[in-house]
Amino acid sequence: MDPINFVILASVLFAIGAAAVLLRRNAIIAFMGVELMLNAANLALVAFSRIHGEIDGQIMAFFVLVVAAAEVVVGLAIIIAVFRARQTISLDEPAELKG
Amino acid sequence: MLDLTWLLIAVPLASSAFLLLGGKRLDPWGHWVGVAASGTAFLVGLVALIQMLGLDSHDRAHAVHLFSWIPGGELNLDAGLLVDPLSMTFVMLVTFVGTLIHLYSVAYMEHDPSRRRFFAYLNLFVAAMLLLVLADSYLLLFVGWEGVGLASYLLIGFWNHKPEYATAANKAFVVNRIGDMGLIIAMGLMFTYFGALDFDSVFAAAEGASTAQLTAIGLALLVAACGKSAQFPLQSWLGDAMAGPTPVSALIHAATMVTAGVYLIVRSAPIYEGAPAAQTTVAAIGAFTLILGALIGMAKDDIKKALAASTMSQIGYMVLAAGLGPIGYAFAIFHLVTHGFFKAGMFLGAGSVMHGMNDQVDMRRFGALRTAMVTTWVTFGLGWLAILGVPPFSGFWSKDKIIEAAFVGEGAQPWILGGAALIGAGLTAFYMSRLFFMTFHGKARWTDDQHPHESPALMTVPMIILAVGSAFLGLFLAMGDRFTMWLEPVTGHAEHHEPVLPVAVIMIATLALVALGVWAAWRKYGVADVPELAPAASLATIAARNDMFQDSVNRGVFERPGTHLTRTLVYADAALVDSAVDKTAGGWARTGESVRKTQNGQVRSYALTMLVGLVIVILVVVQGGL
Amino acid sequence: MVNPVLFWIIAAITVIPALSLLFARKAVHVAMSIVLVMVGLATAYVTLGAPFLGMVQIVVYTGAVMMLFLFVLMLVGVDQREDLKETIVGQRWIGLFTAAGLGAFLVSIVGRVTIAVSDAPVEGEPDVVAVLLFDKYVLVIEVLGFLLITAAVGALVLTHTPRLRPRRTQLEVQRDRVRVGADPVNKPMPGVYARHNALDVPALDPEGQPIDHSVSRVLKIRNQTQDGAEFRAQLEDPSRKEGDR
Repeated sequence: MDPINFVILASVLFAIGAAAVLLRRNAIIAFMGVELMLNAANLALVAFSRIHGEIDGQIMAFFVLVVAAAEVVVGLAIIIAVFRARQTISLDEPAELKG
Repeated sequence: MLDLTWLLIAVPLASSAFLLLGGKRLDPWGHWVGVAASGTAFLVGLVALIQMLGLDSHDRAHAVHLFSWIPGGELNLDAGLLVDPLSMTFVMLVTFVGTLIHLYSVAYMEHDPSRRRFFAYLNLFVAAMLLLVLADSYLLLFVGWEGVGLASYLLIGFWNHKPEYATAANKAFVVNRIGDMGLIIAMGLMFTYFGALDFDSVFAAAEGASTAQLTAIGLALLVAACGKSAQFPLQSWLGDAMAGPTPVSALIHAATMVTAGVYLIVRSAPIYEGAPAAQTTVAAIGAFTLILGALIGMAKDDIKKALAASTMSQIGYMVLAAGLGPIGYAFAIFHLVTHGFFKAGMFLGAGSVMHGMNDQVDMRRFGALRTAMVTTWVTFGLGWLAILGVPPFSGFWSKDKIIEAAFVGEGAQPWILGGAALIGAGLTAFYMSRLFFMTFHGKARWTDDQHPHESPALMTVPMIILAVGSAFLGLFLAMGDRFTMWLEPVTGHAEHHEPVLPVAVIMIATLALVALGVWAAWRKYGVADVPELAPAASLATIAARNDMFQDSVNRGVFERPGTHLTRTLVYADAALVDSAVDKTAGGWARTGESVRKTQNGQVRSYALTMLVGLVIVILVVVQGGL
Repeated sequence: MVNPVLFWIIAAITVIPALSLLFARKAVHVAMSIVLVMVGLATAYVTLGAPFLGMVQIVVYTGAVMMLFLFVLMLVGVDQREDLKETIVGQRWIGLFTAAGLGAFLVSIVGRVTIAVSDAPVEGEPDVVAVLLFDKYVLVIEVLGFLLITAAVGALVLTHTPRLRPRRTQLEVQRDRVRVGADPVNKPMPGVYARHNALDVPALDPEGQPIDHSVSRVLKIRNQTQDGAEFRAQLEDPSRKEGDR
């Protein structure tokens, strides 16, 4: 079976992740949606690596992984800080970005 | 030495800056720096004069190039000095009289806490005035023109802690702005028509210019001259300018600055040559102002204001002469020089009187001062004889020639101008004699606390020198037409014209009128008692006392309509321009308000917007590229 | 080439748990589902010739990241239940539509692409990856090191709560108590020093006087207390007289 199918799978996962970010108000769940999108991109990278027979795609995926790990650390720290200040992690609560 | 004439400007300017920046530590001796700077300028001028006298008359115009000032595009202008007999005459007048007045001021301002500042301003004035007369282009002349205006403003308002003095300074400044506008317009016209502002190019181009162009420039220059020389209708500032210290009145508002307008007209002779209408206007303005000034002078009781009115009138003579063309130019400058001496001398005399009389300026409280202040009486008397035009004193040689020249011409013009000049001479005799008799003769009408005494030598010596000049300078310069020959390279050779009346008749008529004026004044103010308060008088006298209602006229004719005009403009501005701008801004504000609603502060909304944008971008890329 | 059965299994264990992101109510359930997705993705990596990446995926994501998520969930309270009702007008439908549109769009584009698959399948063994990482991409690795340190410090800073006032010592606590007039010592239990050691008998203070508030408030309201005076200590004190207190 053609490895391109994995790219299609990655697209579907990406769309699901994006929908989660848009629809869920729980910050942690929305954040998991972001993680899913990152991983979908990783899957696509690995699939491309396989298709082209080049290992560099995997390296890219590895880098994305590291960056994602760093992002998780900071993101979760922010969520905790917000929770301390407001006793909630709802994304609708902090509406100070209002114009 | 002629190339070093820039020192004339640089030395007083540097001294002025030094005195202004030096601060209080210069107070004990700073004024001597000012005197030295003025004296140095005089010496430089003297050496240059002697060197110039050694040259042939047609070699005497000397151009000094200083630096390239405005190098650009269509206007290339160098800053340079034009040293010729005309400017040299002014240099000598300004530096000589200026130095004497500097000396006089050392004593006169002795008790003033800001004497150093006074000398700084005086030096600034000398520098600016010399720049004015030495400039080789209208633009550089304008720099000096503004400089003397500034110095005049600063010195009129020198005692600006008195509100009315500060107001007088403002008035002088504002009225002078109108004249400056005229000069600016004239320069604009020159640049438009001729593309140049330096004297050489402008005068060369004026030969081929149309009469209409030259008339426009000439009238604009006349406005400038009227503003600076206090000619009708811009004369109103000069009387109030007497608020300044008396040496200032002597130097700036009698001898030098106010004659800058005459200089401007004489210097611009090639322009007026081609514009007879403008020339006639100049003469008419001069004739009118000389009568107006004389009438005002007849009614003033304030000694300085009477002298100011006299200055206005005498400058009227000069402007009249300048408006007569080549036959008058030399006499205009001649009278300017003699007037510079005798009027400065009389102002210094007035200052000496005030010095001895506790700063009293009301002539009705003077009288019989000839015994108390002999030197002042004699020097003032010489100036008085000079201004009257009694032979052989200076004024006779210059003023009589002007009256003669005014009678030259065809049609009604010589009769009107000459008549005005002739009557003016009689009026001058009356009001100057009135001033002289009220001050020095008659009974003493002093207030109790006044103890008149002669001024110190530092003040009397300059007065004596100026009195000697008043007495003999005219004779010296007139002998063998010395002065006319000296100025001939600049003013051009005047064809001799016969006046409509024989010269002898004119001279006798003038002297008769003068004698009549003196006799009338002696009867009324020398012999009879002068009331200590101004008596009720006829309408004409009241009008003259009030400067012919010049302020009311200005207010009614210019200020009120101007105020209404600006109000209308402000209203129109608010109703049309502002509201258009406001409506536009309001429209954008409302647009922003509606767009603002999309910024609801919800993170997820923003994320959605981003995603929609992403989809659109992909769509565009795919449709366009793949 | 990839085994189709394996692909479909992977598709099933990734997409179906991923849908819990949209429909599950409890965050813990979502997190556990994502763990499953990560395992599925790791499987996919191994299938695609990236065994090292697959291992790293399991270690980093299922082992570290998702556990971190669970920690945070515990910290903020597992029962932070989310109301699934939408509050922003149109957000749900526009969001769903856009996300679905994006997915359909990507799938349709990718589906139309035909790329010749390389004949030489890559094998992302650890030694191969290591050589690349520390040779060709060594600079990137260094930069990533900086990034990780920065992230760690950032997390520390963000979660740090500064002490705004000095720590209260025991001495200060005690002083404050005295200042407001509270008992300098703990409240005695009912019955202490009294003759009866029972809940309804007030304790006696060192002077032998009953302490009323040592008896439960409830008993007082129910009128089930004994009169403290009755159990007053009978101290032999000649200086004390009746009615003295």
